Amino acid sequence: MRDLFYDLVRRNGMPVAIYLMLAVTLWVFILIVLPQLTMFDYSFRLNLPPGKVGGPEDVYTVEQYAYLFQGSGGAGNINTLDLGILFKTLFSAVFVTVFDLLICYPVAFVLAKSSTGAKARLLVLALIVPYWINEILRAFAFRILFGSTGVINEFGMGLGLWDNPVDFIRADVALYAGLAYAYILLMIFPLYNAIESLDRNQIEAARDMGASWWQVHAKVVIPYAKPGIASGMTMVFMLTSGALAAPQILGGPSNLWFTQLVYQWFNSGGNWPRGSAYAMILLFVCIALVLLTMRIFKVSIGEIKR
Amino acid sequence: MTKEISLEHVWVEFGEFTAVQKANLTIAGGEFFSFLGPSGCGKTTLLRCISGFQEPTRGVVKIGGKNMKGVGPNKRPTALIFQNLALFPLRSVADNIAFPLEVRGVDKKTRRKRADELLELIALTGQGDKKISELSGGQKQRVAIARALAVEPDILLLDEPLSALDLKLRQHMRTELRAIQKQVGLTFIYITHDQGEALTMSDRIAVMNKGKVEQIGDGKTIYDHPGTGFVASFVGENNVLEGTVLSNDGTIVKVDTGLGVPFVVANHATEKGALVPGDACQMFIRPEALRIAAGDDDRNRFECNFVTEEFEGNMRHIVLDASGRKLKMSMINDGRNPIDGSAPIALDFAPEMGIALPPGPLASA
Repeated sequence: MRDLFYDLVRRNGMPVAIYLMLAVTLWVFILIVLPQLTMFDYSFRLNLPPGKVGGPEDVYTVEQYAYLFQGSGGAGNINTLDLGILFKTLFSAVFVTVFDLLICYPVAFVLAKSSTGAKARLLVLALIVPYWINEILRAFAFRILFGSTGVINEFGMGLGLWDNPVDFIRADVALYAGLAYAYILLMIFPLYNAIESLDRNQIEAARDMGASWWQVHAKVVIPYAKPGIASGMTMVFMLTSGALAAPQILGGPSNLWFTQLVYQWFNSGGNWPRGSAYAMILLFVCIALVLLTMRIFKVSIGEIKR
Repeated sequence: MTKEISLEHVWVEFGEFTAVQKANLTIAGGEFFSFLGPSGCGKTTLLRCISGFQEPTRGVVKIGGKNMKGVGPNKRPTALIFQNLALFPLRSVADNIAFPLEVRGVDKKTRRKRADELLELIALTGQGDKKISELSGGQKQRVAIARALAVEPDILLLDEPLSALDLKLRQHMRTELRAIQKQVGLTFIYITHDQGEALTMSDRIAVMNKGKVEQIGDGKTIYDHPGTGFVASFVGENNVLEGTVLSNDGTIVKVDTGLGVPFVVANHATEKGALVPGDACQMFIRPEALRIAAGDDDRNRFECNFVTEEFEGNMRHIVLDASGRKLKMSMINDGRNPIDGSAPIALDFAPEMGIALPPGPLASA
C-alpha cells in the first residue's frame, strides 16, 4: 500500500497521487465494502420493529438463511419453492452465459482477426450504439418483439409458419433472449481483447501444419483466449444471475428470478434482513460456482487480469 | 520422393499493386533454392503462393506436376517456417514438434516417439518437456524446423527465419540449416534479403526486384555474371560508372567512362542487339577487383585520389575519388599499407572483371 502510494507520487506527483488514493479508497470502501458489510450484518439479524432494534431481542441469528432451506415450516420442512427458484436462476444464467459465448466467439474472432482498422472500429461502434438505449427500454422492446401481437408472431403467422400466436413470454424465450442480449458486449470485448493479441502467424502455422479450421480454434485460438473466455463468462454469469429488470419485464407470470425474491423481501415483504440473507446467498453461490468452474478449466484469477 | 515445383506465369495483384509479375521458374526436388531481394520485392508473396496462403491472380503453381489451385495450405506437401517461428507458447517443446501429428489424429505414444527422434536430429535430445520460453534463440529455431519436418513434407519453405538472430548465431545457423537440408534431402525454399545467406547456402538463387525475377542462377553466376544492373548492384558491392559504348564485338565492349583511356570490359547484356556503339551503358567493377596498378598492359588503368578508409578488420575498404566519381576498393588487411593518401594512385583491373550492361535501375544503397 505504502509502496503503491510512493510509486504513484513518483509517477504523477503529490496532488494527483493523493487524489487517486482518496478517490479509489472512497469508491472501494464507501460504495462497495461498507454497503456489503452492512448487508452482511443485516442478514444475521431478526426483522424487528424499529422500537426493538438495539434492545434485548436484537441478537445475531441464522434464521434468515435457514428460511431459504426450511421456509416457514420449521425444521424438517423444505422450502422447495425458493430453492427451486435459486437453482432455476443459476441454471438459466449458465445457459445464457454459454449461449452468449457461442454467439460472441465467432463475432469476436472475425472482429479481431479478419477485419482491419476502420472496418473494425465501425463494427465495434455498431455493437455499442444499441447500448446507448436504456436497459429497461431494451427489455420492453423485446416484450413488444415477442408479444402475442408482436413482430415475430405477426411475421411467423403471416408466412404461415404457425397458425396461433406463440406465447414466447410464458415459454421464457423472451426472457432468455433479453438476458442474452443484455450483457453480450461484456462477452465480446474480453474475447476480442484476448484473440486480438494472438499472433496471426500462429493461426497460419497451425493451418500450414495440416490443422482444419475446427482444430485451429480448438488447439490454438481457444487455449490462448482462455483467460478472456473466463473473464467474459464470469461477467455475463454474475450479471445475468443478478439481473432484475429483464426478468421483471420479460419473465413469465409463473416464473420468478431469484433477484425478484430478494426484491420482494426488501420491498413488499418489508423484511430487510431476509432480503439481505437471500442476496448474500446468491452472491456466495455465484462466486463459488465461478471459482469451481475456473478450477475445472484450470484458469487462475491472475490470468484473467491480463 | 521429392517433388518438383514449377511456377508458370504467376502474377499476384492486390488491387492496383502488382506484388509478383510473371514469375516463371522451376525448382528441382532436393534443391536449396533462395529468393533474394529487398523488402517489398514480392518474395514473401511468392512463398505464400507456394504454401497456399495466397492464390495467384494469374498463372499456375504446380507441385510434383499437380496444379495447386484451390488446394489449401493444410493440404499441400509444404511446411512453412515463419519469420517469427510461430511456435505455440502454451505447448511444451515436444507438443510443438508433434502438433502436425496431433491434428492428423496420430496417437500420443507414436507422437512422442517421433518428437524424440526429431529432438535428436536437432541436437535437443531430452528437452521435449521444456517450455518454449526456456529455449535460446537458436534452439527455438531448431524446434521450428523439427516441427516442420514432423510429417515429412516434400518442401520446406523458410521465410527469413534467421533475421531475428544475432550475427554469430546467424552464421552458425547457416551451416546448420545447410547440413539439415543435406541430411533430410528435402527441397528448401528460402526467402531472404541477406545476400550472404543466399550465397552461402543455396544451390540456386532467384534475385527479385519490384515483383520481377531478375535473374536465376547459382551463387557464382549471380555474383560474377549479373544479368541486370539491379543484380550487379544488389548482390555484393559494386562500383558503377556511367559511360558510352564505343565498340561491341558481342563479348568485349569498349566503354568510354571519361576516366582516361576507354575501358575494355565483358558484355553481359542478355538482350540481342543491346549495347550498340553510341548507346549509354553502365559499367560495373567490384571493389575487390581493383588493384594498385603494377604496369600490366592488358589491364584497364586509371588514376584517382584517396578520400577515406573504412576499416573492417580483415578487410580495408578504401573510398576513392576518380575525376569526381566515388569509387570503393577492397583489399585484404595483410599488415601493409600501400595507400596512405599522400599522392594520386594508379589502379587497374582485368578486362573480364569489368561488366557492361544496358542502363537500368540500381539497388538503392
